[in-house]
Amino acid sequence: MNFDLTDEQSEIKGTAKQFMADRFKPEKVRELAEARAYDDSLYAQMAELGWPGIAVSEDDGGQGLGLVELAVLLEEAGYACAPSQLLGSAGAALVITAAGSPEQRAEWLPRLASGEATGAFGAIGPAAGGEDESTLFCDLPTADVAVVFDAEGALLAPAGELDFEAVEAIDATRSYATISAPAGERMPGDAGAGRDRLAVAIAAELTGIGQRAMEMAVEYARERKQFDRAIGSYQAVSHRCAAMLLGVEESRSLTYYAAWAADAEPESLPLAAAMVSARAADAAWETTASALQVFGGIGFTWEHDLQFWLKRSRVAGRMLGTPGEHRDRVAELAGLGAGSAAGAPA
Amino acid sequence: MDLSLTESEAAFRDEVRIWLKENHPGPVPEGDDAAEFEFRRAWQKEMHEAGWTGVSWPEEFGGRGASLIEQAIFNEELAYGSVPPPANVLGLVMGGPVVIAHGTTEQKERFLEPILSGEEIWCQGFSEPESGSDLASIKSRAVKSNGGWKITGQKVWTTYAHEAKYCMFLARTDPDAPKHRGITYFILEMDQPGVEVRPLRQITGEAEFNEIFLEEAQVPDENVIGEVGGGWQVAITTLMFERAGLGAVAVVGLRRTLEDLIALVREKGLESDPLIRQRIAEFQIGIEAMRLGALRTLTATMKTGIPGPEGSLGKWQWGKYNQAMTEMASEVAGPAGVTVGTDASYRFLRSRANSIEGGTTEVLQNIIAERVLGLPKLR
Ligand SMILES: Cc1cc2nc3c(=O)[nH]c(=O)nc-3n(C[C@H](O)[C@H](O)[C@H](O)COP(=O)(O)OP(=O)(O)OC[C@H]3O[C@@H](n4cnc5c(N)ncnc54)[C@H](O)[C@@H]3O)c2cc1C
Repeated sequence: MNFDLTDEQSEIKGTAKQFMADRFKPEKVRELAEARAYDDSLYAQMAELGWPGIAVSEDDGGQGLGLVELAVLLEEAGYACAPSQLLGSAGAALVITAAGSPEQRAEWLPRLASGEATGAFGAIGPAAGGEDESTLFCDLPTADVAVVFDAEGALLAPAGELDFEAVEAIDATRSYATISAPAGERMPGDAGAGRDRLAVAIAAELTGIGQRAMEMAVEYARERKQFDRAIGSYQAVSHRCAAMLLGVEESRSLTYYAAWAADAEPESLPLAAAMVSARAADAAWETTASALQVFGGIGFTWEHDLQFWLKRSRVAGRMLGTPGEHRDRVAELAGLGAGSAAGAPA
Repeated sequence: MDLSLTESEAAFRDEVRIWLKENHPGPVPEGDDAAEFEFRRAWQKEMHEAGWTGVSWPEEFGGRGASLIEQAIFNEELAYGSVPPPANVLGLVMGGPVVIAHGTTEQKERFLEPILSGEEIWCQGFSEPESGSDLASIKSRAVKSNGGWKITGQKVWTTYAHEAKYCMFLARTDPDAPKHRGITYFILEMDQPGVEVRPLRQITGEAEFNEIFLEEAQVPDENVIGEVGGGWQVAITTLMFERAGLGAVAVVGLRRTLEDLIALVREKGLESDPLIRQRIAEFQIGIEAMRLGALRTLTATMKTGIPGPEGSLGKWQWGKYNQAMTEMASEVAGPAGVTVGTDASYRFLRSRANSIEGGTTEVLQNIIAERVLGLPKLR
C-alpha cells in the first residue's frame, strides 16, 4: 500500500503546474473571463500534450493512463482556475469510455483525445432533480458533442442536435448552457460508472480550487497588518485557515482514493464517488468563501482575483447534483437504504 | 499510488487474523478497573511472547521490524476482532518510540523489552495544574544532587500513573534559561518515597487519570533522555507520536462506532429521516477522509521516520467525529442514551475528553496554522 504519486504521476503534476503557471496567470484568467472566451491555441497545446485523452485507452487514441493521472491534471487546472475546454472534453470522454458502444467510442474518443473535437456534459429530468429541469451543461456552447444524463442512463448527442440556450453563469471562466429536452443516441454501457468517474474528475478540480484559495488567504494573512499585527496571528483568522487545510486535505484524500478505486477496485467506486462529490463541493465552497472573509472588503471587489475561484467552486460543485443529494446517496450506500429523493435537503 | 495491499501485506494480515482468532483472550472482565488492567497486562504478555508487540519497531530493539503500514493493518485487525488493547498503551505508542529516537544504547537495552512485554507500564507526566496547553511553562523543578537529580513539583491528568512503573517526566532544570531551553526529559521511577499518586475521578465516574505529588523524588543521571536542557525537543517528538498513534488507531474505533450508530438508527426505524441521513453521511465521509489522511501521513512518515505536525489533523478529526457521533447515538437511543451504565451514555460522556486529551483542538489548530501553514505566531 502506497499513497504517494508514482514518479510518472509526479512528473505529470510538475508539467501541469508549470504549464498552468506560465499560461494561465491570473491576468490571463481575468482577460478570458471578462470576454467569456477560451483561448483555442492554449487548448491546442494541452491537446498536444495528450491531456484531454490522458485516461482514454490507446486503442481509442488516448494515452492509456488512468483516472489518477487525469485527477492530477485537473487538480492543477482548478488550482489555476484555467478557462479551457479540458473538463468538458476529458469528462465527456470518461463517460463515453464507460458507456459508449464501440461505434460511439470510435466516432468520438479519438477526436476528443486529439483535441480536434471538444465535449460537454450535463443532466436533464429527474437526473437533474426535476421533471424538465436541466443542469448547467459544462462547456456546451463551444462543444462538438455532449453527454446527456437522463432518467434511464446517458445519451450521446452531437451539439447541433441539442436545443440549448447559452447561460451566463456566475462562473465566467467556463461556458455553460441549459437544454430544453433530452436528445441523442442512447449509450448502451454502464452510464452509472461513467457518471461516477466524471464526478471524481470534477472533485479533482474542486480540490485544486480549494488549495489555491487557501494559499491566497494564508499569504494575505501573513502580510496584512491591523492593530499593528499580522491578521494571521489572530486565532479567528488562523483557525479559519486551519479549517481550510482540513477541508482541502479531506477533499484531496477522498479524490485520490476514488480515482484509484475507479480503475483498481471498481466495486468501491459508487460510494467513493458519492463521498467525494459531497465533500469536495463543500470544502471548495467553504474554503473560497472563508478566504473572502480573510481578505475583507478587498475580497468583495471585482478587481480581486479570488472571485474567479469562488464562483467556479460554487458552480462546479453542483454540476452533477447538490452536496445534500450526494450525501443522501452516501447514506444509502452506507447501509440506510434508499431515501426519498425529494427528502434530500441541499 | 496503489492503495491495495501488496502480496506480503496481505499475507501479513492473514497471519495476524489467524493468530488473533486462535489466541483471542475473550472479553475483558467488567466492573473492576484493577482486574481489567491485569487482564490486559496478561494479554499483552501473551502477544509479546508471540512477537506481536512493537510490530513496527526495529528487530534489534525487540520489535517485529514491520512497516508502519503493517502496524496499521495490525491495529485494524485488533479493533475488528474486538481484541482488548494491550495494557502498556503509553509505553508502546510514546515511551518506546521516544527511547528509540532519542535514547542511549544503555537506555534502549534497559527499557524497551519490559515496555514490550507489559512488565513495566509507562505513563506521561507532562501536564501540571498551571501548565496544560502552555506545556513549556512547567514548574516542576529538578536540581542536581550527586549522581542524579531530585525532583519536586506536581503533575496532573496523568493517565495510568497508578499502574505505572515509569513516567516520561518533564522538569525544569534551568530556571534562568528561556522557557523552552530549561527543560529536561526524565524517566522517573514511580515507586519511591518522594512520589505520591492520587486518583482523579472523571465525569464518567471512573478514574483513568491521577495527580502526582513529588517531594525530592530521585532520578539517576542515566535516566535523562536527550541532553540536559534539551527536553523540549524530546517532548515534541513524544507528542507527535501520541497524535499520530491516536489518529491511526482511532479510525477503526470510529468506524465501529458508526456501524453501531447505523444499526441503532435502523432499529429505531429512523433510516428515512432526511436529517439523520445527512448526518450519517457526514460521519461516513469524515471517517473515510480521516482513514485516508492517516494512510497518506503514514506513507510520508515512512520516508522521514518521525511523524510531522500534519498528525494534528487526524487528532482533530477524531475528536470532531467521535463527539458528533456519540452525541447523535445518545439522542437516538432515547432514555438509554442518558442513563448511567449504558454504553451509549458512557461513550457520549467519554468523548467529551477527545478535544482536550493529547492537545486541545484549539492548540492543534494553532499548530496547523503555525507549523503547517506558516502563519505568524500568536505571541
Ligand atoms: C482524559 C484525559 C487524559 C489525559 N492524560 C494525560 C496524560 O496522561 N499525561 C499528561 O501529561 N496530560 C494528560 N492530559 C492532559 C491534557 O494534555 C491537558 O488537559 C491539555 O493539554 C489541556 O491542558 P489544560 O487542561 O490545562 O487546559 P488549558 O491549557 O488551561 O486550556 C483551557 C482552554 O483554553 C484553551 N487554550 C489554551 N491555550 C490556548 C491558546 N494558546 N490558544 C487557544 N486556546 C487556548 C484550550 O484549548 C482550552 O479550551 C489528559 C487529559 C484528559 C482529558
